[in-house]
Amino acid sequence: MIRDQETLNILLDTISRFVRERLVPAENIVAETDRIPDDIVAEMKELGLFGLSIPEEHGGMGLTMEEEVLATFEIGHTSPCFRSLFATNNGIGGQGIVIDGTPEQKAHYLPKLVTGEYIGSFALTEPDSGSDAASLRTTAVRDGDFYVLNGTKRYITNAPEASIFTVMARTDPAQKGAGGISAFIVERGTPGLSLGNPDEKMGHKGSHTCDVIFENCRVPAANLIGGREGIGFKTAMKVLDKGRIAIAAISVGVAERMLEDALRYACERKQFGKPIAEFQLIQAMLADSKAELYAARCMVLDAARRRDQGLDVGTEASCAKMFASEMCGRVADRAVQIFGGAGYLSEYGIERFYRDVRLFRLFEGTTQIQQLVIARNMIRAHNG
Amino acid sequence: MKILVPVKRVVDYNVKVRVKADGSGVDIANVKMSMNPFDEIGVEEAVRLKEAGVATEVVAVSCGLAASQETLRAAMAMGADRGILVETDAELQPLAVAKLLKAVCDKEQPQLVICGKQAIDDDANQTGQMLAALAGWPQATFASKVSIADGKASVMREIDGGVETLSVTLPAVVTTDLRLNEPRYATLPNIMKAKKKPLETVKPADLGVDVAPRLATLKVSEPAQRKAGEMVADVAQLVDKLKNVAKVI
Repeated sequence: MIRDQETLNILLDTISRFVRERLVPAENIVAETDRIPDDIVAEMKELGLFGLSIPEEHGGMGLTMEEEVLATFEIGHTSPCFRSLFATNNGIGGQGIVIDGTPEQKAHYLPKLVTGEYIGSFALTEPDSGSDAASLRTTAVRDGDFYVLNGTKRYITNAPEASIFTVMARTDPAQKGAGGISAFIVERGTPGLSLGNPDEKMGHKGSHTCDVIFENCRVPAANLIGGREGIGFKTAMKVLDKGRIAIAAISVGVAERMLEDALRYACERKQFGKPIAEFQLIQAMLADSKAELYAARCMVLDAARRRDQGLDVGTEASCAKMFASEMCGRVADRAVQIFGGAGYLSEYGIERFYRDVRLFRLFEGTTQIQQLVIARNMIRAHNG
Repeated sequence: MKILVPVKRVVDYNVKVRVKADGSGVDIANVKMSMNPFDEIGVEEAVRLKEAGVATEVVAVSCGLAASQETLRAAMAMGADRGILVETDAELQPLAVAKLLKAVCDKEQPQLVICGKQAIDDDANQTGQMLAALAGWPQATFASKVSIADGKASVMREIDGGVETLSVTLPAVVTTDLRLNEPRYATLPNIMKAKKKPLETVKPADLGVDVAPRLATLKVSEPAQRKAGEMVADVAQLVDKLKNVAKVI
C-alpha cells in the first residue's frame, strides 16, 4: 500500500542518492576494516533510516510493507552490511515490541530505536536450535518481580552493537514446544548478560554477530513483551513473516546492483574486437538474470501488498524469500562469470557481493525451511 | 526577512538524455526528473540563513507542469516553509519565468530571491538576471558566499583571475554557483512532514502574465561525434598539422 506517491518518490530518491553518494564509495573501506565509519553511522541515523517501519506516533515513519520494500530495493544497491545495522531496529529487533509490546514498552523503547540511540537485536537462535526454533532451551524462571534467564543465543546480528535484545526463552518447562516460550526485552548491561567474541564470517564485513550468554540474568517482569507468558513464539513468527519479505526485498536490491555492475562491465570489456555484451552467451546470462529479477521483484511487491491488506502472508513471505534469495545467488554467480577473471579479484567488488549474498539463503529461515513452511501450508489448506 | 527560492523540475543529472528522432527537442518521457542542482543549492542557502536566524521564512516557487509540485515538496523537505506552484502546460522560456517570478515577488515582497545560476536542461543562465531587471533590483550572480547584514547582501563571486565581492542593497536577486554550499539530504521524517506544509497553486493568468514563447526552437541535435585522435611522430609534425591541417595556429 502506498499512502502518498509524491512523498514516497522523494523518499526513495533521497535514499537512492544517499546510497550512491555516501554508502557506495565507502564499501571497500568497510570491507577492509570490518567496520562502518562513525560519521556514516551518524548520517544514517540523522537521515532516519533506523525508524522506517516504526509507527509515526513513536517518531518513526510507519512505512507500509510495500513502501518499506521499495525503500529496501534502493538500500540494496550497496553492501548489505549497511542495511544490517538499521534493519534489526525496523525488523526483527524492533517489531516484536511494535507488534506485541505493551503501551509502556512501546513508549519507552520505540522512540530510542527510531533515532538509532538504541540498536535492537533479536535473539532466537541457539547452539542446538536454529531451524527448529521451537525447541529452544534458554529458560526464564519467575522470581518475584523478575525473570531469571539462563542459556546461550548464537549468530545474533548486531549483538556487539545492541542496546536491547528481544530474547525468546522458555517460561514453561512443561511445554516443550512453542507454547512454553515467552519474549523479553533485555537491556545491555543487565548483570548476567555477556557477549561472546564477534564471529568470523564469510562476508557481510561491517555487520557483526556473536553469542549472547545469559547466566542468572535478572530481567524485570515489566520487560516481558506483551505482559503475558507463552506468546513469545507467536511474536517471533509474526516478526519473521515480515522479516522474510524484507530479506526477499534486499535480495532483489542487491541483485539489481550486481546486474547493473555486470551489464556495465559487459558493455565496456572488449574481446575479439567488440564488447563482450554483444556475444550471445553473455546476453543469455544477462537476460536470465533480468527475467528472474523481475519475477522476484513482482513477488516481493505482491507479498508486501497482501500483508498491508492484513492477509496472512505466511506462504507468500516464504515463497518470496526462497525465490528471491536463490535468484540473488544465481545472479551473483552469473555476475562473477561475466566479469571473468576480474570477478575473482577483490578490487572489482563483485566477489564481495558474491560472498555477502550467500547469507540470504540462510538467515531468517534457510531455503529448506521455507520449502517446509510452503508445503506444510499447502497440505494444511488441502486437508482443511 | 523573507526569502524566495525558485526551483525548476529538470531531467535528473544522472540521466543520459536522448534527442527526439524528429529533432524537436529532448525526449523526457519516462525519464527521471529532479530539482535543478543549482536551485537545490539555493534552497540550502536559504534554509541555512533561516537556521542562522537571518531569514524568517523561506518560500519555494516553481513554474511549470503540475508534476513540479513534487519539486516543491522536495524543497519543503529540505526546509522551505511553503510552496507556490505557478501551474501551466505551456513551454516556459526564461523571460516568461522571470515575469512570473516578478509577479510572485510583487505579491510576496521577499527581501531576497536566490535562484540557481542556470538550469541544467537548457543552460540558459538568464532567469535571475531578467528577474532583477524586471523588478529593478540589484543582482549578484554566481555567488560562492553570501552574507547578510544591515539591509545589504555581501556576495563573493568567482571571476576570471580571482574573487570579486559585491555589496547589494536588499531586496536583491542572487544566483548560486556550485561552490556556494553542499545541499543536505532531506531527512526522511522531514520528507513526511513536508506533505503537511502549505502549497498554493496559481495560474499565469491569475498573475496577469503572458507566457507565450518569444523564441522558436528550430532544431535540436546531438553533438557531433568526436573523431579518433592521431599519433604524430614529433613536435615538428605536430606543429605542421596544427598549422596546415587543423589550421588552429
